[in-house]
Amino acid sequence: MSGNGKAGGLRADLTIIAGMVRPGSRVLDLGCGDGTLMKALARERGVRGYGIEIDDANVLAALINGVNVLQGNLERGLASFADGSFDTVLLSQTLQAMHGIEALLQDMVRVGREAVVSFPNFRYAPHFRQLEAGHMPVSDSLPHQWHNTPNVHLCTLADFEDLCGKLGLDIVERVALAEGRPVHAEPNVNGELAIYRIRSGA
Amino acid sequence: MDPRSVGIVKAQSAHFAEPFTFRSGRTIPHFELAYETYGRLNAAGSNAVLVCHALNASHHVAGVYEDDATDVGWWDNMVGPGKPLDTDRFFVVGVNNLGGCFGSTGPKHVNPATGQPYGADFPVVTVEDWVNAQARLADHLGIRRFAAVMGGSLGAMQALQWAVAYPERIAHALVIASTPRLSAQNIAFNEVARQAIITDPDFHGGHYYRHGVVPVRGLKVARMIGHITYLSDDVMAEKFGRDLRDGLKYGYGTEFQIESYLRHQGEKFSGYFDANTYLLITKALDYFDPAAACSGDLVAALRPAAGVKFLVVSFTTDWRFSPARSREIVDALTANRADVSYAEIDAPHGHDEFLLEDARYHALARAYYNAIAEGL
Repeated sequence: MSGNGKAGGLRADLTIIAGMVRPGSRVLDLGCGDGTLMKALARERGVRGYGIEIDDANVLAALINGVNVLQGNLERGLASFADGSFDTVLLSQTLQAMHGIEALLQDMVRVGREAVVSFPNFRYAPHFRQLEAGHMPVSDSLPHQWHNTPNVHLCTLADFEDLCGKLGLDIVERVALAEGRPVHAEPNVNGELAIYRIRSGA
Repeated sequence: MDPRSVGIVKAQSAHFAEPFTFRSGRTIPHFELAYETYGRLNAAGSNAVLVCHALNASHHVAGVYEDDATDVGWWDNMVGPGKPLDTDRFFVVGVNNLGGCFGSTGPKHVNPATGQPYGADFPVVTVEDWVNAQARLADHLGIRRFAAVMGGSLGAMQALQWAVAYPERIAHALVIASTPRLSAQNIAFNEVARQAIITDPDFHGGHYYRHGVVPVRGLKVARMIGHITYLSDDVMAEKFGRDLRDGLKYGYGTEFQIESYLRHQGEKFSGYFDANTYLLITKALDYFDPAAACSGDLVAALRPAAGVKFLVVSFTTDWRFSPARSREIVDALTANRADVSYAEIDAPHGHDEFLLEDARYHALARAYYNAIAEGL
């Protein structure tokens, strides 16, 4: 989940996501956590909008961070928002914990002109090596044990791109990160985190 | 006494010599509003917060009276030094609404046109009327713009109405356990309460004062009905269950504990509340529907409020004004791109929760007021 601001600035993936948001635009941050990203976007890029968050402690933290936070369950969808209400809808490291992924992605590109989605890559080489050694991967991007993880829909970059194709979503931009740095060679193997900017296909 | 109490407070009264015109078109030539204040208005006049009451409360929001230390204000857990609405930082105003029975001009008062108490002839009040009268009180107190207007339930409707009618005079609205309009079921409960009062033989068409009686039976039943809607099924089950006072007696006495509780609540209430005021307030609830003026379009109705910042809070077990009703308000505000935060507190007590000291709820209110205070 988003919101773990590191000393001296945003978490690496949040910095990339922030860079995909146009200054002065309207943003909806799904699963906004403690509001770190929305707060930074408001302060540094003059962005306005709302965060949606389900957890009581995070709702309070986001409120303290000065973010417009709406307590709600993303699984219920975004029906309360009209088409094109936002320039960008964000979903940062929350996709893998969602059940209704197809409906949510379609709702995101309906409500926003663009959507930005980030998630951990299950095919990341160190994850793969742990599997080969006989265990479910545990890492910075997959910090939980198999028995206590909130994640229910882990995927690879290739899987996500297949789903976008199936749903008719255009991929505008893709960034893969490993240890906080962009990777360019074989992102499906070398990327630990994937960040996609997508929009509804023409 | 609670060390975080505002301490001993004194009710005050403001006289308004100019006539007041109600939404119904009727007028009264002059009126009084009973109010209390806590804390100090700062030099800029920017730290005033208006607290609006719901059905049965008054201007006595916090503290105690010198001659009655047991008469604690109805929202004393929210308002006081170091409390979520901190009277060390804010100047808090509580007001008894027009048509009330705790000092403001209402049915018990003399109608200058007849020399007799208004009784049932007091003009029917609306939330809009109350807010217009509150604005006159704000003028009287030298408050040009409230830092916040806050209320729960019917009080929250007033906060919402302030944001719609006087957006330039309010920076923030705290809308707790509310709804943009009553449902048919809500109106139905109110109608049963009204019928209980009106059909009481001691009601005398609302002119019971001149007969030296009070329709206590009707008022008691009205309060019992209301009380059922304030509590959740779960909390009633937990508090009373099917507990009996003294076994089954095979009669119509007080057998179940819940019967005893409701009768006690009804009796207490009928001893201090005016039946005509009760009728008026239930009508104000029924009539409140800001969207009606915009053909039912709440988004259009709340458009004037888009510049006001909102905190909306609901409680999961509130079946009187459920979270879905608060979300209607939130959705209309986000459609207007207003600054709004919304919390849905998972708490057991039903509608009454807004008056209780729930830690998550109070932490949100405290954080919200902190941010307001820092922006003053």
